[in-house]
Amino acid sequence: MDIALIDWSRAQFALTAMYHWVFVPLTLGLGLLMCIYSTYYYKTGDEKWKSTTRFWQKIFGVNFAVGLATGLILEFEFGTNWSNYSYFVGDIFGAPLAIEGIVAFFIEATFFAVVFFGWDKVSKKFHLASTWIAVFGATLSAWWILVANAWMQYPVGMHFNPETARNEMVDFIAVAFSPVAVNKFLHTVLSSWVLGSAFVVGLSSWYLLRKKHVDFSIRSIKIAAIVGFAAILLTVLTGHYSGQKVATYQPMKLAAMEGLYNGSNKADLVGFGILKPDKLYDDGQDPFVFKIDVPIPGFLSFMSFNDFNSFVPGVQDIIDGYTLSDGTVHPSYKEKVLQGKAAQQALRDYRQALKANDEEAKETNMAVLDENMKYFGYGFFDSPKESIPPIALTFYTFHIMVLLGFYFIALFALVWYLNRKGTLGKVKWLLWLGVLSIPLAYVASQSGWIVAEVGRQPWSIQDVLPLSQSVSSIPVANVKTTFFIFLTLFTIFLIADIGIMINIIRKGPKAEAENNGY
Amino acid sequence: MVFLMFVQGGQSLIYRIGKTDDELKLMLDSLGKKWELTFTTLVTFGGAFFASFPLFYSTSFSGAFWVWILILFSFVIQAVSFHFIHKKGNLLGKNTYKAFLFINGLMGPILIGAAVSTFFFGAEFTINRGNIADMGNPIISQWNTAWHGLEALWGSTLPGGFHLWNVVLGLAIFFLVRSLGALYFINNIRNEEIVSRARKHVLINSIAFLIFFLPYLIRLLLKDGWTGQPDGTIVVEEYKYLKTILANWWMIVILLVGVVGVLYGFILGSFYKKSRKGIWFAGVGTVMVVLVVLLTAGFNGSAYYPSLTDPNSSLTIANSSSSLFTLRTMSVVSLFIPFVVAYISYVWKKMDFHI
Repeated sequence: MDIALIDWSRAQFALTAMYHWVFVPLTLGLGLLMCIYSTYYYKTGDEKWKSTTRFWQKIFGVNFAVGLATGLILEFEFGTNWSNYSYFVGDIFGAPLAIEGIVAFFIEATFFAVVFFGWDKVSKKFHLASTWIAVFGATLSAWWILVANAWMQYPVGMHFNPETARNEMVDFIAVAFSPVAVNKFLHTVLSSWVLGSAFVVGLSSWYLLRKKHVDFSIRSIKIAAIVGFAAILLTVLTGHYSGQKVATYQPMKLAAMEGLYNGSNKADLVGFGILKPDKLYDDGQDPFVFKIDVPIPGFLSFMSFNDFNSFVPGVQDIIDGYTLSDGTVHPSYKEKVLQGKAAQQALRDYRQALKANDEEAKETNMAVLDENMKYFGYGFFDSPKESIPPIALTFYTFHIMVLLGFYFIALFALVWYLNRKGTLGKVKWLLWLGVLSIPLAYVASQSGWIVAEVGRQPWSIQDVLPLSQSVSSIPVANVKTTFFIFLTLFTIFLIADIGIMINIIRKGPKAEAENNGY
Repeated sequence: MVFLMFVQGGQSLIYRIGKTDDELKLMLDSLGKKWELTFTTLVTFGGAFFASFPLFYSTSFSGAFWVWILILFSFVIQAVSFHFIHKKGNLLGKNTYKAFLFINGLMGPILIGAAVSTFFFGAEFTINRGNIADMGNPIISQWNTAWHGLEALWGSTLPGGFHLWNVVLGLAIFFLVRSLGALYFINNIRNEEIVSRARKHVLINSIAFLIFFLPYLIRLLLKDGWTGQPDGTIVVEEYKYLKTILANWWMIVILLVGVVGVLYGFILGSFYKKSRKGIWFAGVGTVMVVLVVLLTAGFNGSAYYPSLTDPNSSLTIANSSSSLFTLRTMSVVSLFIPFVVAYISYVWKKMDFHI
């Protein structure tokens, strides 16, 4: 396949996904906070809570729009740019997307209208309920899209049908509630609450630094710091569980996250390090220029398999084949390639038999397919190199994400404590740090997705289909053109979005008296 | 979906009906409360196609690339425009967002109409499922012209492929949704100026709709269709769509009731100054007519996405739908739809969006 086509298709999807992920976590996070502020207003009747809610609702509304727009493109890009993928797994992958539309998007579209336009039209109770329902809808939509994503990382609940040449769903529950999906959902949504809280804390810190809207800012921080603190603790915990799933189902991704080439028992976790840029997987040189390990021996083993002594495989082990401490044997790259090629040959033979109406040959080939389908995708590779994800990008983004995770624990704890004491306004450096935390939260959140998706390379479906076989048959010039169209469009909208937010922030919460919708 | 595109129809009228800033604001406020429903339906429609007809999704979206990209582009600028147009600091200024809304109102219906018309007039593609295990040429769906969808605007690149019928349907849909948009304003906005202009536009656009739609309908009933055979091959059959409709009397009933509904809605909107109900008749009528047109495309063994380059690559419901298991799952999920309709009606009633 044309490498340029694959890379440009990748770039276009990454571009759309990353822009989408500027707006979505903010709306998920602000959504929850809006619900809580609104609940305070309902319970106390205090107009100050109302203006707090309405201010954050304005910010929410601006970002919701661009989130919708970028989301629309993402959904259709599977078809436009990844047609082979769409056919090969559409029987399974399409369902969560359709369900997302039917059960979640309509809830959002309907009830957000009440949230935006219903302040003086419906009762306080109905408005509050609508806010919660709308945010529930948004979160529910996250569930389904993450089910789809988790399935790419850990394909379950399907069976390959050689007659239609596609994977078909046989177990919906296995797809919708796979352990990877559950963890991914929790980790992603909780981290979005962190981002939303960091945004509120950051912006309120800005007001406190300028000594403006002090009551509003303290009020906003009061809730956001608690939500942020609880969410970041849970994000770290679910991150740990996600890591364990990666260790079990995507060992190559874990090896890349840790820059681990040669595995061992009692493997140590890298705290931070610099990788040698010219390292090849088989050149035997130490991968690190320098590194600092977490000073707990065997911590990576423990984090991966709950046992300080367990074996964690590195890139080389995965290529050579290895046995886990629990006795599970993982075949080598060569064996997987053999199985992949056997599956592909069986598919070709099956289709011949289908034409010739040869039932016996069909049955024989079906059995070969069933036995080897697990590694179907390896049949497309020529060299072990092709099975390794970009290690440096995965390694750095993973460590940046984790370090920022711990930073946010400290930040929210401190902000919460000082805000309670009533002295937050005096601690200038912390307020500045709060402001800086908005971009930092974005760095952490985007890094998380880079770990998940770059670490998944070269697969679109783990072990079953590489990206190189997933693309559409379109000229690379088409993809380049749409890439730049979308880049320009999204960038203009991002600047407009920020421009509008700056205007809302300048006006401040007190100007929020009139009801004019979004 | 076509009924819900009254939003796009309304957007395409913003220059003609909204003469002053206040009028424009009224129109956009009115549409602003409904556009998300249309948008959500489009997204769901995409997901449903993906889940139910993955082969259509993968073939059409990658093949007719530019048509779909332009449709998406027009909906992206719509979503942002509705939220940004009245905001300070919106970078591009009100007039640009207004133009964006107009562009969506123009391009959306015409291109979606043209795309739907290829269900009858076909497209140039081939499908080979065995390709997936072919190292050199692994892509299953191949498009056979470098125009990648733009050819739908004039027909096809094959000899004698120039016919413009796809655009005729596109324009029919465009004028239909403009009429529906105008009927919606009549129903939703309490402003005599706007309502009287809207009534004029119902008349003009409904006549334009009939000028394009009736010849298209006649052409459709007289044209050949592609039919799937029990052995999986596909052959061209004379008067295929006419035969389908004649073989299913209930389709004729729905079509006729639908047409009467649309016409009655137009007449109410154009001539009965007191009536605001035209949108309901025309809207329900539209749903019925579109239902029959879409059923005609796929019913009675017809290939709903005919391949002009290789008839055997044509997509029929039987050869391109999902597995039975997935379809059953989707049917169970569809049981949510009445519930969705119920809460939307409840909320809208409570909110009273009339302006």
